[in-house]
Amino acid sequence: MSPRRIDTGGRRVDRDRGIRFTFDGKPYSGHPGDTLASALLANGVTLFGRSFKYHRPRGVLTAGVDEPNALVTVLKGNIREPNIPATQLEIYDGLTVVSQNRFPSLSFDIGAANQLGGKLLGAGFYYKTFMGPVVGPLKGTRFWMFCEYFIRRAAGLGRAGYDKDSARYERTNAFCDVLVVGSGPAGLMAAKAAAQSGKRVILAELEPRFGGSANWSSETIDGMPAADWAQATIAELRERKNVRLLPRTTVWGYYDDNMLAALERVSDHKRDAAKGEPRHRYWSIRPGAVVLATGAFERPLVFPGNDRPGVMLAGAAERYAAEFGVLPGRKIAVFANNDGAYGTALALKKSGAEIVAIVDVRRQVSEAAHAAALSTGGEFLAGHAVVATEGGTKLSGVKVQIFDAATGALSGDPRSIDADCLIVSGGWSPVIHLASQAGVSPQWDDDRQAFLPPKPTQNWIGAGAFNGSFSTAAALSEGDAAGRQAAGETDGPAEELPNVDAPALQSNPAPVFEIRTSGKAFVDYQHDVTAEDVRLAHREGFVSVEHLKRYTTLGMATDQGKTSNVPGLAIMAEALGKPIPDVGTTRFRAPFAPVSIGSLAAERYGDLKPERLTPMHDWHIEHGATMYSAGLWYRPMIYGHSGETIEQAYVREAKAVREKAGIVDVSTLGKIAVQGPDAAEFLDRVYTNMFSTLAVGKARYGLMLREDGFVMDDGTTWRLGENDFLMTTTTANAGKVMQHLEYFLDVVWPDLKVHLTSVTDQWAGAAIGGPKAREILAACVTGTAVDNEAMPFMGIVHGEIAGVAVMICRLSFSGEMAFEVYCGAGHGTHVWKALLEAGKPFGLVPYGLEALGTLRIEKGHVTGAEIDGRTTGRDLHLDWMLSKKKPFIGSAMMDREGMTAEDRLQLVGIVSLDNRPLNGGGHIVEQANPEDPANSLGHITAACYSPALGKFIGLALVKGGKSRHGKRAFTSDPLRNRFGPVEIVSHHFFDPEGKRMHG
Amino acid sequence: MLITCPYCGPRDVSEYTYQGDGNRARPDAGSTDNQAWNSYVYDRLNIAGEHHEIWQHSGGCRAHLAVSRNTLTHKVSAVAFARDAGHRKSDRHRKSGGAA
Amino acid sequence: MAEYSALSLLKNAFSGNRDWKPAWRKPDPKPSYDVIIVGGGGHGLSTAYYLAKEHGITNVAVLEKGWLGSGNVGRNTTAVRSNYLLPQNIRFYEHSMKMWENLSHDLNYNVMFSQRGVLNIAHTPAQLDDFARRGNAMRHLGADAHLMTPAEMARRVPGLDVSKSARFPIYGGLMQERAGTARHDAVAWGYARGADRRGVDLLENCEVQGFIKDGDRVVGVNTSRGEIRAKKVAVAVAGSTGHVMRMAGVERMPIESHTLQAFVSESLKPFLDTVVTFGMGHFYMSQSDKGGLVYGGDIEGYNSYAQRGNLPIVEEVMSEMLALFPSLAPVRVLRSWGGVCDMSMDGSPIITTGPLPGMYLNCGWCYGGFKATPASGWCFAHTIAKDQPHHFNAPFTLDRFHRGAVIDDKGQGATPRLH
Repeated sequence: MSPRRIDTGGRRVDRDRGIRFTFDGKPYSGHPGDTLASALLANGVTLFGRSFKYHRPRGVLTAGVDEPNALVTVLKGNIREPNIPATQLEIYDGLTVVSQNRFPSLSFDIGAANQLGGKLLGAGFYYKTFMGPVVGPLKGTRFWMFCEYFIRRAAGLGRAGYDKDSARYERTNAFCDVLVVGSGPAGLMAAKAAAQSGKRVILAELEPRFGGSANWSSETIDGMPAADWAQATIAELRERKNVRLLPRTTVWGYYDDNMLAALERVSDHKRDAAKGEPRHRYWSIRPGAVVLATGAFERPLVFPGNDRPGVMLAGAAERYAAEFGVLPGRKIAVFANNDGAYGTALALKKSGAEIVAIVDVRRQVSEAAHAAALSTGGEFLAGHAVVATEGGTKLSGVKVQIFDAATGALSGDPRSIDADCLIVSGGWSPVIHLASQAGVSPQWDDDRQAFLPPKPTQNWIGAGAFNGSFSTAAALSEGDAAGRQAAGETDGPAEELPNVDAPALQSNPAPVFEIRTSGKAFVDYQHDVTAEDVRLAHREGFVSVEHLKRYTTLGMATDQGKTSNVPGLAIMAEALGKPIPDVGTTRFRAPFAPVSIGSLAAERYGDLKPERLTPMHDWHIEHGATMYSAGLWYRPMIYGHSGETIEQAYVREAKAVREKAGIVDVSTLGKIAVQGPDAAEFLDRVYTNMFSTLAVGKARYGLMLREDGFVMDDGTTWRLGENDFLMTTTTANAGKVMQHLEYFLDVVWPDLKVHLTSVTDQWAGAAIGGPKAREILAACVTGTAVDNEAMPFMGIVHGEIAGVAVMICRLSFSGEMAFEVYCGAGHGTHVWKALLEAGKPFGLVPYGLEALGTLRIEKGHVTGAEIDGRTTGRDLHLDWMLSKKKPFIGSAMMDREGMTAEDRLQLVGIVSLDNRPLNGGGHIVEQANPEDPANSLGHITAACYSPALGKFIGLALVKGGKSRHGKRAFTSDPLRNRFGPVEIVSHHFFDPEGKRMHG
Repeated sequence: MLITCPYCGPRDVSEYTYQGDGNRARPDAGSTDNQAWNSYVYDRLNIAGEHHEIWQHSGGCRAHLAVSRNTLTHKVSAVAFARDAGHRKSDRHRKSGGAA
Repeated sequence: MAEYSALSLLKNAFSGNRDWKPAWRKPDPKPSYDVIIVGGGGHGLSTAYYLAKEHGITNVAVLEKGWLGSGNVGRNTTAVRSNYLLPQNIRFYEHSMKMWENLSHDLNYNVMFSQRGVLNIAHTPAQLDDFARRGNAMRHLGADAHLMTPAEMARRVPGLDVSKSARFPIYGGLMQERAGTARHDAVAWGYARGADRRGVDLLENCEVQGFIKDGDRVVGVNTSRGEIRAKKVAVAVAGSTGHVMRMAGVERMPIESHTLQAFVSESLKPFLDTVVTFGMGHFYMSQSDKGGLVYGGDIEGYNSYAQRGNLPIVEEVMSEMLALFPSLAPVRVLRSWGGVCDMSMDGSPIITTGPLPGMYLNCGWCYGGFKATPASGWCFAHTIAKDQPHHFNAPFTLDRFHRGAVIDDKGQGATPRLH
């Protein structure tokens, strides 16, 4: 087996301890500190996954977050976590991992047959076919959907599970003066400099270990191995109280006003999370300033066979050797367009690998590079290129040919070189994603052949490789300066910068991105986008960078083009004969790397919205109420007796109200205290009817319009004192009405002296109604009379029930003699129980929303089903409430032609003529045609069985409204297959004169 | 996005409710100028750039704020209490409540 | 230009795909056209296509400031449906739906319209009645709709939390089977290619910088590629309507621009075979053919042209997603983006002649413009060609707001952020 664990290197792993895990069911071992990638490589595994389209065998290309190939699914019981890069997955005992996108197995995958399709399956092929016949049974979309069924099954990567994730996700907010993103030499220096100024610093590092490239560099800093310097610096920072270190934390989003979002993988690396420990923690961080020290991603070169397992980025190979003590091969070939890979070759040789060849597209290389090449002992092939790779699911050799970097021409005969690993370096792309999210387009730099960060539009400062400053010395000095600047220090360096001993290798690459010859050469590994696909896009005119991306899917995979964007652009630029920046660059979008959806929901996962419970909630539950969720509230729907259907229960309850008495919890009604010397004036302006004329101790029903003249809400408002009103709103609109009133008071009429307070939660309310209601009150209310004189219709009194102060208003929604009893919320259940106790001899029953709805339908009262934001006062026959004596909100707009048109829907009552139930949402037609429903006149807004009438009735909004009273029509409800005759009647079904409630 | 409430200090956008375009003038309450009412209710400047708008600090002091914000960059350049910002001048709904 | 077919794919594969021609030409602007369409998005391109195809008007240019399809046609969550409440909307969107059903053939371009259904989830009996009202309204106008029980929904949508213990238990749903998703970019490209093949000039990187007027009458535009005159100037720039109309001298419009974010997860094997919407918030999700879960929620709720949103909506959307699909917590969101929506004052669009002589206007699509693309272009082309609306778009006038004849499907009034 080619890759293996070696005796040297491996700072990150604890060789003394072993870890056992499985991959595709096969047991393997590794060490604490290993990633899945390093552990599998150490076990000689080279095949990690299958590509998206062609199902080509793929190995591991990188050692970090930029990995396009080695994606796996982690299994925790039935919980599946798909598409995790093996390079980011820290192993633990018992870790269970499976490969993806293969059937039946990773080494034998039927989907690989797609490779035979080859040129048929080029970029965008699906737009040109699968349309099927124009006529016949497969016309329209049928044929496509037939094909799509198979395409969907072939596409996709990992599989998501269906079981609820049992893990906990958490969110936290953080504030600091300086946030440093990335902890390589630049980030460490920035954090140190900022920390020394005493400022609050957060240092976020996406890897488990701080130090970034220092952890695998062969350079020395201040005379010690770079990794030691990094660990010493971290130890120093750890001691400081003003520094917070966040390992395993990916800063993924840069939002407006310097708001950054980060994901901390708190316990992914553990078999079991500690008690109370979440799986992921989502940080929203508001720093004063940000230091972006996010480094750079190495780029691969594009050449035929560049995706064969065994091809790896040079920096990744160096990293596996230094950090994990894993050599990716025994016989390693190097292919580069810059000096960077030479240092890697030396390091790998030092670790015991044989460097078989160094292939460089440049004919001339720097002296330092030349010297390094010679000391690796490998064959040095300047002015050459790799033109093919050999082997099956594992590299066995490479083919090289003479290459002219200026023209891209190949010459001479290709020859083979035995190798089990090819390390590649195509230059470096600064990781400018966060800066790009925060602002404008990046700038192309010819020397570095890379996009450099744009000018800041938010408060960030860049340092190190992020800026395109690839040397460690530059990283240290830029980091120091950035840290100082971010902390607001303006003086020069306080102390000397550390000394760096590094080879004089230049990482600026030759402008070569692709070796163009026959064979599939991959640009985007994961999405199988080849150089030919890019050229096909060019031929078909998809040349702007966004068209290129969208047509070929370049850069759209889970790695988001981290390794492929620039090579893709370069190939398009060449095809167009334009410089790269003229092709453009896409703006990076959040997130920088994929983020668990659970982390973003955090505490709301499993608990989307708060629950609002009335003070009497527990009583309802204890007494058999079936609860109904209404917005955030829970309200009793029925108090069902055993064996009762919902209909039987509400009919029993409603009947009891009409015959004796019933009580219903109305605590959810919106309640707003409107107080102040101008309160009456204010109400005159917001209601369509007058309130300034209302006597103290009386209540009035009020109607409110929106500015556009449509009905907004209704409710009663009680005048408790000269300057003191209690407004009630419907349950659903409580918040909306409050904001509506506040807006007018604060913005439009600030000269009015009125104070608004939401008191919904301060009052418990119970409505008690029925022929016996007054007697029941008389039996339990003290401190006030409740007779007709003390309490005329709409009168308000104050008294006590069972020792608790109550406020009672005689008003009626049910149409019966009825009262609303309000008391402090904390006493709600006490008063409720006392009322029920007092009502026992009178047959008082609690009733729920269904009975409430029945009683109001019988009375023709409107609710949210009729006040649906599209109805006018006239539509609802509430014209009598539209005062002509004063302007009010909506008065100027309510008479426009569209709102007074003849064909508007108007409120009517309907009675079922076939003695079968009607359905809310059923439509009304003149002639029912179940086969081909048409010509709707309107719809049923609410329906019930009316015990008072002994009929199935409903309210409806119907064209023509009143003019149809007494006429026959049909309900047409194809969705529930309910068709039948109805009679259209007045919406006042029951006691239209209101004798019962007026007593 | 961050809006600095004059009472409460800088607070995240999630604490606020957008109450719309601040460039609209409400006609006098008793005005019968339909065009003016229609324009007030329906027509918007909708500036691509510096935009005057009303926000309510609904998750805080509940004051309404007159905010100048760039709709291209989301940068807030000025915040004042809406009640002080001159909007009332546009409405002369007299305290007497009588129709004009 | 050659027809696309399995045969042409095969033929080209043998020649190494070297013979494919550009999907559309890249012509230089002519000094004048019969019709100029400002805006090379879905609606502008489909308008050009139908002007040529249905009305024989081919001396047409589409002016696009960036690349074709760079607006909301390339930024939406791809749902196609006609499940509206009000008859004006149902008629229009159902017309669109019928066009979708044959669009790939019509364009000779596979727009991948997949009629996998759109399921609106109801969480209370009252909401289900509301949905029934809507579904019945659809059925009375020839659109398909039916109700589903939670048990049926659980079978159709595995992973959906239909448990009674959910914060908002699922009570039922309204399904439109003929609704579904399409490949958004393909729609832009298919119309572009179709219009180009009929002689329309598609002018990319051609930004309108001003309108040329003769008195009140619009007679052309000044662009970054020079002056172009036309007998008729049509504007279809949803997202930038306010900005473009101001250049024409129309200061105020019944429109606010708002940003809507959208999201896509990492690619997964088939998980969701239909489009679902959440009833106790604002959330919708489908799965693309590539395997990404494509989803979104509310607009940001403040005026914005930034194509960029903020975190509160991100958090809200993800929370609502997990309320429906708790097993997706470990799945990862791959990318987010923003589009700028023309939010109209009643939530319905505007397709009309005027408001200036020589001008035609198509705007106000809120965040529902994608599914309208065929009918919008078809109706707009009719309106431009005949100088009067087709009965499908006759209700969608600009003056309906002032007349009080609003088409308010959500019943929210003149508060755009609530539509």
